[in-house]
Amino acid sequence: MKENVFDIILIGGSAGSLEVIAYLLQSLPKTFTIPVVIIVHRMKNTSSRLDKMLIKESGLRNVIEPEDKEPVKPGIIYLAPQNYHLLVEKDHSFSLDYSEPINFSRPSIDLSFESFSNVYGANTLAVLLSGANKDGAEGIKKVLQRSGTALIQSPETAEYTAMPAAALEMNKTAIVQSPVQILYRILHNSNNKT
Amino acid sequence: MEESELIHTKELKEILQVLFHRYGYDFTGYAEGSLLRRVNRFAKEIKSLSGYDLKYTLVNDESVFQQFVEEVTVNVTELFRDPMYYKILREKVLPVLASYPIINIWHAGCSTGEEVFSMCILLQEAGLLKRARIYATDINPANLEKAKSGIMPLRHMKEYTANYQQSGGKRDFADYYTARYDNALINEELRSGIIFSQHNLVSDNVFNEFQLISCRNVMIYFNKQLQNRVLKLFHESLSSLGFLTLGLKETLRFSNIQDKFDTIDATAKIFRNRE
Repeated sequence: MKENVFDIILIGGSAGSLEVIAYLLQSLPKTFTIPVVIIVHRMKNTSSRLDKMLIKESGLRNVIEPEDKEPVKPGIIYLAPQNYHLLVEKDHSFSLDYSEPINFSRPSIDLSFESFSNVYGANTLAVLLSGANKDGAEGIKKVLQRSGTALIQSPETAEYTAMPAAALEMNKTAIVQSPVQILYRILHNSNNKT
Repeated sequence: MEESELIHTKELKEILQVLFHRYGYDFTGYAEGSLLRRVNRFAKEIKSLSGYDLKYTLVNDESVFQQFVEEVTVNVTELFRDPMYYKILREKVLPVLASYPIINIWHAGCSTGEEVFSMCILLQEAGLLKRARIYATDINPANLEKAKSGIMPLRHMKEYTANYQQSGGKRDFADYYTARYDNALINEELRSGIIFSQHNLVSDNVFNEFQLISCRNVMIYFNKQLQNRVLKLFHESLSSLGFLTLGLKETLRFSNIQDKFDTIDATAKIFRNRE
């Protein structure tokens, strides 16, 4: 099987995913240069300290909520802002969207996975973690259609199984892995230019 | 099927060109990623079979084109959306506006009016509403009709009340509207000073001078070039030391007029004309 090299790593999660995200971020070496984009469902209109928490968990790495038209840069972990959809344009700059929630979700994992895989194609790695709804399943399908790589957290390791299960149901060829295996794949299969 | 999208970059460009020639609406400066998605969604809704099919229908049926304008421009809005923004408006901007005998305010891209009504409530509570002339403009006539009616679904009012309270509102929010069946009607006295009018940020020009321009989450749908055009228009439309407010994730950092503004509040995205 052909191994992909990745230019972008997308991590989507909902209920029960924060611990796994923290684990993955903590385990990335300081020299890790591939941009990571995290899309998690968050409460709207309540001030959220998620970015600060992730910065702490990840050992003071750069975690930022991108603003509209901000260029995607290496070495940075991006967190989708609450209450917006997060897209990317062809010139690799972020683009925000305040249209209706999709599957009751804004940010929508489906939408981000679709948008980034449209631009990054086969160099996309998308990871879908624990969650209690169906968001992400369509997005994983789009990633696979564009020859990207999709990893789904194995339901038996997920705190909430609905999201990984729905994605697996729709995408039989996606790779199912535990958080440890996902981390290994991120670290050893990436086009990490250091 | 959704397996492959109907419209791609090339077809989109052709469609936008044709629409510009036919109707004078120019969408070519919109950010492609999100526009392409909404155009594809629209194509599915009206059951177009191909890019050519969609183009043909749009050019030959003006009612479908009106529907298209409504679908591809995003019209999602709330009363007192982002309460902290309104809190900072109350604290940092209204006291400055209070020094003007007449306060000209422009809501550019007002959609169905929710942000304008929120502003009117702030002005009313600060005792400034009678001195304010508020221009609310949008590209989409259907939005303006809805905004003029002052009617919105009652089911959102619980959430809006919470927003209002978080923004520092101390009154009984229910006093600002009348509930009737499934709708809420915003009080006439709040709305009577608003001048609604169609204005296209892509092609129209300066029409007045303002102490405050609010354009929140409108330019996120534009590409960088068009954003620069609109920001220049705003700068030219602002009085000296006038305020400009943007959406919470919008920035002047990537624009070419960044140095013409001071930042009043970096989180609430409130800027002030330096000149």
